[in-house]
Amino acid sequence: MDSVAIIGASMTEFGKREGWLRDLLVEAGLACLEDAGVEGHDLDHLYVSNMASGEFEGQTGVMNMLAHDLGALPVYTQRVDQTSSSGGSGVYAACQSIASGASELTMLVGGEKMTHRSTEESTDVIASITHPVEYKHGVTLPSFAGLTARYYLDKYDAPRESLAKVAVKNHRNGVDNPHAQFQKEVDLETVLGSPIVADPLRLYDFCPITDGSAALLFCPEEVASEYTDDYVVVSGVAGATDTHVVHERLDPSVMGGVVESGRQAFQMAGLEPDEIDVAELHDMFTILEFLQSEGLGFFEQGEGWKAIEEGRTDRDGELPVNTSGGLKSKGHPLGASGVAQVYEIYKQLIGDAGPRQVEAETGLTCNVGGFGNCVSTTIMEAGR
Amino acid sequence: MKATKYDDGTITYPGHPVGPDGGEPIEEIDLSEFTAEVVTWTTSTATPLGVRAPNHLAIVEFEVEGQPVRAIGQCTEPVEIGQTVRPVYVDELREPGAGIREPESQEWDGYRFEPV
Repeated sequence: MDSVAIIGASMTEFGKREGWLRDLLVEAGLACLEDAGVEGHDLDHLYVSNMASGEFEGQTGVMNMLAHDLGALPVYTQRVDQTSSSGGSGVYAACQSIASGASELTMLVGGEKMTHRSTEESTDVIASITHPVEYKHGVTLPSFAGLTARYYLDKYDAPRESLAKVAVKNHRNGVDNPHAQFQKEVDLETVLGSPIVADPLRLYDFCPITDGSAALLFCPEEVASEYTDDYVVVSGVAGATDTHVVHERLDPSVMGGVVESGRQAFQMAGLEPDEIDVAELHDMFTILEFLQSEGLGFFEQGEGWKAIEEGRTDRDGELPVNTSGGLKSKGHPLGASGVAQVYEIYKQLIGDAGPRQVEAETGLTCNVGGFGNCVSTTIMEAGR
Repeated sequence: MKATKYDDGTITYPGHPVGPDGGEPIEEIDLSEFTAEVVTWTTSTATPLGVRAPNHLAIVEFEVEGQPVRAIGQCTEPVEIGQTVRPVYVDELREPGAGIREPESQEWDGYRFEPV
């Protein structure tokens, strides 16, 4: 595809917010336009990543609402829903809009408003993605994580503490992210002593319920320098799908969508996993950081847990993972998360990540929908 | 608890209009007549509306016509990896209508796994 650049980015504070989805999307959208110095009416395409505004808030048609509020009419607009990977699939859609020549300037805004619902209600909205044979048993996304974590620990003889260390690492990173829902460290004892949610996983193995929004602005690479000196190039982007019924997968510790979307993204970028300098992985549950780091080829199958034990994914390690704090610390407003992952890599690659800054010329995001049901992987490089 | 056999010999639970390798459904197989082995399990304490708490769940593996067929379901009690279980019928696994899903859109009875 023709090269696509990201020339602007923004994100709201993540957490419990007073505004509704409309307010959050507008806040991120206006900030992104301002970041790049363009107006709403300059946009050709506007994509909105969102999973469940109708179910959470009774508000549908959010893409039309945002286009009007941003003064972007008569822009082409579309809502992108791929459950928790709505953000990553929105990145894919935005890149395609530029690469195809259909748009010269595309904005993507992802967002979700969730915290006004009880934990039971939010859990059920998210669990509604499951197949009827799963739903009737009360299967939830956290219970999939518990089932998979037990299988992984047993199969690879990994210590329970290695999962807890993912939470400790990502909370430590989140301290330096002013947008994160939780900006405080937790220690190993706190994680291992927190209440059980889905045995063997405990409260601190799970991301919180979050409100928030993030936005990105895309254009053809050849005109990126007309907008800014600081941009990144999307060198690879791909998506893939695994079984809807989770137990039908041959190996519960392998997410086929991660493997396939990663393979395609690396092929498109012409890069190998060991050439990635920084990554944002979808740590909705601590076990997912292991499954993605292995499925993407950063570590051998069954050895992702060793990487966290050895500090290789720390901020000062060979492959910093989730410098933003990840979903675990930053929060997980469903439709916004994939967009916010790219926001973090964008900031790292233009050298504007503040105290979280690492040395990086290449970065990767992996955004997971359902329990690995739909996955998008994006690879970016610093613009030159 | 009906698994589906396809014309290429593959079997899945639940069945699909097209099999994993493109096969056409040709036969239903009642898994409730088989025993299975626990592949993995969890006990969920943060359950949605209308679901028992705690909710013991397992992925189990049946051997049907020499091939593995997996299923997920509630358990009557905590289980262990490798344990043998059998399906026992329950007329309501969770409260229809308590959650977001339309009660008429799916069945709510089914089978829990009980240690043999």
